[in-house]
Amino acid sequence: MSIRVENITYIYGGGTPYEKTALAGVDLTIEKGEFVGIIGHTGSGKSTLIQHLNGLIHPTKGRVLVDGVDLAGKSKEAIAKRHTVGMVFQYPEQQLFEETVAQDIAFGPRNLGCDEETVEARVREAMSFVGLDYDTYAGRSPFRLSGGQMRRVAIAGVIAMKPDFLILDEPSAGLDPVGRREIFSQIRKWYEEGAFSVILVSHNMDDIARLATRLLVMSHGRCVLDGRPMDIFLHHRKELQEAGVDVPPLTKTLLALKERGIPVPEEAVSCEEAADALYRTLREGTSC
Amino acid sequence: MFDVRHLTHAYETEDGTSFKALDDVSCRIRKGEFTAVIGTNGSGKSTFARHLNALVLPTEGDLFVEGLSVREPENIWPIRQKVGMVFQNPDNQLIAAVVEEEVAFGPENLGVPREEILTRVDEALAKVGMTQYRHHSPAMLSGGQKQRIAIAGVLAMKPDCIILDEPTAMLDPVGRKEVMDTVHELNRKEGISVVLITHFMEEAVTADRVLVIHKGHLVMDGTPREVFSDPEKMKALGLDVPVPADLASMLHKKGLAVRADCMTDEELGDALCPFVSKI
Repeated sequence: MSIRVENITYIYGGGTPYEKTALAGVDLTIEKGEFVGIIGHTGSGKSTLIQHLNGLIHPTKGRVLVDGVDLAGKSKEAIAKRHTVGMVFQYPEQQLFEETVAQDIAFGPRNLGCDEETVEARVREAMSFVGLDYDTYAGRSPFRLSGGQMRRVAIAGVIAMKPDFLILDEPSAGLDPVGRREIFSQIRKWYEEGAFSVILVSHNMDDIARLATRLLVMSHGRCVLDGRPMDIFLHHRKELQEAGVDVPPLTKTLLALKERGIPVPEEAVSCEEAADALYRTLREGTSC
Repeated sequence: MFDVRHLTHAYETEDGTSFKALDDVSCRIRKGEFTAVIGTNGSGKSTFARHLNALVLPTEGDLFVEGLSVREPENIWPIRQKVGMVFQNPDNQLIAAVVEEEVAFGPENLGVPREEILTRVDEALAKVGMTQYRHHSPAMLSGGQKQRIAIAGVLAMKPDCIILDEPTAMLDPVGRKEVMDTVHELNRKEGISVVLITHFMEEAVTADRVLVIHKGHLVMDGTPREVFSDPEKMKALGLDVPVPADLASMLHKKGLAVRADCMTDEELGDALCPFVSKI
């Protein structure tokens, strides 16, 4: 299974004074099993790109194929393929609308034409996926939950559609460190269980460094870097700067130490890991 | 600037019980200070911020803004003129079609004469570095630029203090830096007091003072060094500490003789360099 983005260009407001090329010749393939991070400054084209991946918008030029099926088509097959790519928008809790948590999550599978029995099974499954207890929360109003819980309900609504690819646009924006860690450890768990491939758009480089197996850097409507996150963070700082994005705070600190001649574990993705390695080198240093 | 005395804010919940979003908070914030307020989602930090310009009123206790009690109805407008507020989402607070009209909105409402408004708009836009965009539409600006326009709109009211409620939460790294640089410059050059509510510990480190709010209580109050030198305590409160502080304290705990309260990469480098020369 794969999403094939075939040399796509997207122009907003074509023929008007506001004409803007949001994507200019993006060509890439996302395979099933990948955890892809997408970074770039505001206006770099990352949101436009992900909206193509489940056919919310269609390219001005080029094609987007999911398992070989062109999403721009009107065939039943094209519509079915769009449903295999789930999208969680920024601040997804703003889209909650039903009276109870269970009904809100049921909206997607019901629209897919599932029978009521399947719908309920999927709601239960999706709620346990995002760590919300069915008996406690199913009958509650989603609007009476905390921000972090509302976001989980919204994510569960997409998961209940059983996508093969899950796109998340800034899922941790506005959450405190605990809420952020919860959301991401959950995403990581699903990914490791092989439930689906993940495409994560984030300004939070920490999360990207920790989770993604592949990183795409967008700038001015183009994909300017594509590779292993740490390779990009460590060896392409100039390009990253030009693209208006940063390296993770930990990497930044480690590189600053390295510049002063301190031997650092520059690939570390957590402070614990970095402290362990630093301690080992520095302690040996003092003993001789 | 602010004298907060036993401030409590309680409201009725769905099931009829009373919930205290803030519970007996007392502190003073001096004029010209740059104060960061941190806490988890639902800790009460935004409720606290909203009391500072009388957007919400205490249910118990009192709050004085330069001697004016928020409990006196006739003080509300003078207080809101002294204390400006910038919110998280730039798209929800900009209303005009042109940048300069947006900035003029506040002073117009205050009844400032036209000539004076023009000067204030010029000054405010210059202070946030957005003069060249004065005839642009706010809708066409980047997130960081929109927030700077929102700040200019507050500046045009000539406030003594600006409250910013997670102003960078929706911005990319470039936008965040723009906004933080602007806010620091206003604090330094214009002497405007700043109260910054944030989830980003790197931003809190740059403040003069950090207040930590947890479950409606003010649990820590000190310089960034005092607050962040105890990562265990911060983590127990559900908060993070900046990377250098975290690394230094972990190394310290493992038994390496380094100071545990490094706040910047530079301090951490200074602390670790002596070990390297011995390798």
